[in-house]
Amino acid sequence: MTITPAPPPLLELEHVDAGYGPFHAIFDVSFAVEAGRVLTLLGANGAGKTTIARVCSGLVVPTKGSVRFAGEELAGKPAYVYARRGIVHAPEGRSVFASLSVEENLHLALGRGRDKADVARRVSRAYELFPRLGERRRQLAGTLSGGEQRMLSLSRVMVDEPRLLIADELSLGLAPIIVDEVYATLATIRDAGTTLLIIEQHVDHALGIADDALLLAQGEISERGDALQMRAAVQRMLTNQ
Amino acid sequence: MDNFFGGLTDGVAYGAVYALLAIGLVLAYKTSGVFNIAFGVQAYASGALYYTLHTSHDVAIIPAFIVSVVLLAPLIGVILDRLLFRFLRSAPEMSRLVVALGLLVAIPGIVQLKFDQTLAISSQGIVPHGDTVYNIGPAVLNRDQLAIIVTTAIVALAVIVLFRYTAVGLRMRAVVESSRMAELNGVNSDRVSMLSWVLTSFVAGLAGVLLPQITGNQVVDVYYTTLVTAAIVAAVLASLTSVPLALAAGIGLGVLQEWLNRFLPTNSVVASNIRPGLPFIALFLVLALDPRLRHRRGTTDPLANVDPPPPAPVAGTRSSELTWGTRIFWCVIGAIYLYYVFFHGNDSVLDDAIRIAIYAIIFCSIVVATGLAGQVSFAQATFAGIGGAVSAQLATQQGMSVILTILIGALVAGVVGMVVSIPALRLGGIFLTLFTFAFALAFENVFLKFGWITGGIFPEAEPRPQLGSVDFANNKSFLALCLVVLVLVSAGVVLVRGGTTGRFLDAVRGSQVAAASIGISATRARIVTFGLSAAIAGLGGGLLTSYEGHYTPTNWATFVGLFWVVIVVTLGPRTIEGALQAAFGFILFAKRVLPVWLPWLINHIQPFGHVGTLPAAVQYIFFGLGAVTYAKHPEGILEANKRKPMQKIQALIDRRRSSGEPPETATSGAAPA
Repeated sequence: MTITPAPPPLLELEHVDAGYGPFHAIFDVSFAVEAGRVLTLLGANGAGKTTIARVCSGLVVPTKGSVRFAGEELAGKPAYVYARRGIVHAPEGRSVFASLSVEENLHLALGRGRDKADVARRVSRAYELFPRLGERRRQLAGTLSGGEQRMLSLSRVMVDEPRLLIADELSLGLAPIIVDEVYATLATIRDAGTTLLIIEQHVDHALGIADDALLLAQGEISERGDALQMRAAVQRMLTNQ
Repeated sequence: MDNFFGGLTDGVAYGAVYALLAIGLVLAYKTSGVFNIAFGVQAYASGALYYTLHTSHDVAIIPAFIVSVVLLAPLIGVILDRLLFRFLRSAPEMSRLVVALGLLVAIPGIVQLKFDQTLAISSQGIVPHGDTVYNIGPAVLNRDQLAIIVTTAIVALAVIVLFRYTAVGLRMRAVVESSRMAELNGVNSDRVSMLSWVLTSFVAGLAGVLLPQITGNQVVDVYYTTLVTAAIVAAVLASLTSVPLALAAGIGLGVLQEWLNRFLPTNSVVASNIRPGLPFIALFLVLALDPRLRHRRGTTDPLANVDPPPPAPVAGTRSSELTWGTRIFWCVIGAIYLYYVFFHGNDSVLDDAIRIAIYAIIFCSIVVATGLAGQVSFAQATFAGIGGAVSAQLATQQGMSVILTILIGALVAGVVGMVVSIPALRLGGIFLTLFTFAFALAFENVFLKFGWITGGIFPEAEPRPQLGSVDFANNKSFLALCLVVLVLVSAGVVLVRGGTTGRFLDAVRGSQVAAASIGISATRARIVTFGLSAAIAGLGGGLLTSYEGHYTPTNWATFVGLFWVVIVVTLGPRTIEGALQAAFGFILFAKRVLPVWLPWLINHIQPFGHVGTLPAAVQYIFFGLGAVTYAKHPEGILEANKRKPMQKIQALIDRRRSSGEPPETATSGAAPA
């Protein structure tokens, strides 16, 4: 009888330090995300959540430690290698190409390695999700309102079918009703088996969808556990404050 | 009617050159985000190699074309991308422009180390028998002209297809806006960026071998640069984005220029002054009046904050002891230098010192415009020239006191600076700089041809200033006057930098929107700064004109002003110290360092072969390459390189101070752990 070794976690960070030039933002961060699970990063402003997301997508190169994706070491490699392995990162804030039209933004995001029919189908799907984008497909993305720009960056995430989706502050700048829709779509993506890494200030939304959670403070992981435990921890923290 | 059709056909051929260059500028801007003011000198490099191979060494047309256009031009593109522009993708647009300006100065220097352009007077085209004439209907065109028209049409079509219908065109535009976002979409931005530079450099190379056919078969860097400068108007009319518009505008400009050539009466003021300056006047008017360019701002990278913040200037991080120590050190060095100049220096040393003091004053104007306001002005030489011209004319024609005329000259330059800044302020980013460039070129090409400004070919000698009983006719006393003015100007700049205007400018440079939200008017702050900067330049211009005894237009040529910007930006655009260093470099490099000091040094450290005077091109290479570091070190190379030694000295002072202090527990009274 042969024993099949357990597959490696989809994403694994080990003893990662990272920052911006002389400024260190995260210290000795280690965690793993199993395929198909949802991990949320919680913490106050400046806790290091966005830096971790950037390390996971290759935007920030760690000064120490390793970043493995499906067992492959990716630390130090450029961000496009991460993207080509199936990691999609929706950064916080305006993350669209302002000088390209709505349609060009979608083609750029969805075009690589796919045939034209597939791209067209996905672009149509994006317009179904956010009809307003369809109405403005020829408009330059920079001339859209803040909420519409956020919709555009989300739409590519929603229809890209990545292996790992990193969503940084999804609810920022969106109307509550749209935030609910976005989280409903995220739940659908999760149910389809996509692994999610969610960074969110809106604790209820994040813990509502997550399996596991990490609480960050001053660049270090201060608590970790499943979503239920973390909800209790956050509650305790708020009560103590 | 013959003139009409003749002008049309010749104009189309000439305009095709403008169009080709304008398309090259648009292509470079759209695919690399760089307003490549060095496009002309890139073309010059290929043109020079083609000339050397084909005309000088009789290499056949096709191999010479392959080596100079298909190989050299893209190679230059690869080098520029890998060594420079790859690292500037998220740098501000202005920084990239300054780097391109550095290349504009450095590349001809590098080429001229091996290529004597004074001998390149009979360049042959890339078409055999290029002067063979064809009659196409009413049009008469030779093969060289046809080659230019066909090449321009093919390039325009290829670029339109690239941007409209190809995925790589889309990726190029994406990488320009945000290479990081493009990478998040799986785009290898390094490869795309290199491809962009290869493409634009190839177009530059093509232009390089076509242009000598319309520059009288000469391969001279200034001709290339001037043509590109004229082509800027077509590129700006196309808002730096539309290839069809650049094509139409280029051809339109060529036709208009030819018609003016044929229909304007010769010997009229319009023919002699306006016609040669037409492209620059057009550029000036387009920038001032085109509503599409108003308040146009370049797109910013949404992931720019991934870059580490720039380090604080050294002056802002050192302790007061170190600051005073540095000041005393430089005062002692300055005192020793001046002692030598006043008591032991010969006439040549005294001449150096006077020019250094005057240029330091002029360079303070660049510190104000670029270092404080964050605007790159290409018109500082023009403002200095205005100051000089006004001073010379008032002193010689009206017999006014020279001191007074120098002050009036500065005032007039300041007012002109303020007036110029008003339309310019509606423009954003590089369009504002281009506006100053257009103003400088238009002034140089139109106004400097009037005798009532320059004093004519043989201007009347301007006397030295006199203040009461003190006569500054003596060079030593004139140096003392210049030093006093330099001290006053420096103190003024320091006061402005540390005062309310300086803080306002800091805020506007950080974020114009945020500054406006707290009631800071960017417009007012910039008008004041432009005026002050122009007045300082005018003051220096007046002093130099008085020192030389007459107005010399070549002192104030626009391209001389570009070199000033390069040299100040290299050595420190934010400090008076930087302006002083730049003045020393500007005067001493050509006069002492290249002919005497460097050869002496080289001959003493190596036993092989004697080295004589180094070519003047070395100066341009040195400072041009220095300026390309602007994006990395916006505070200047010297300032950047002072950081580590200063930090070490500061650490030493801190250690000494802490070892001299009693233990913290004793002073704080806290209980030991």
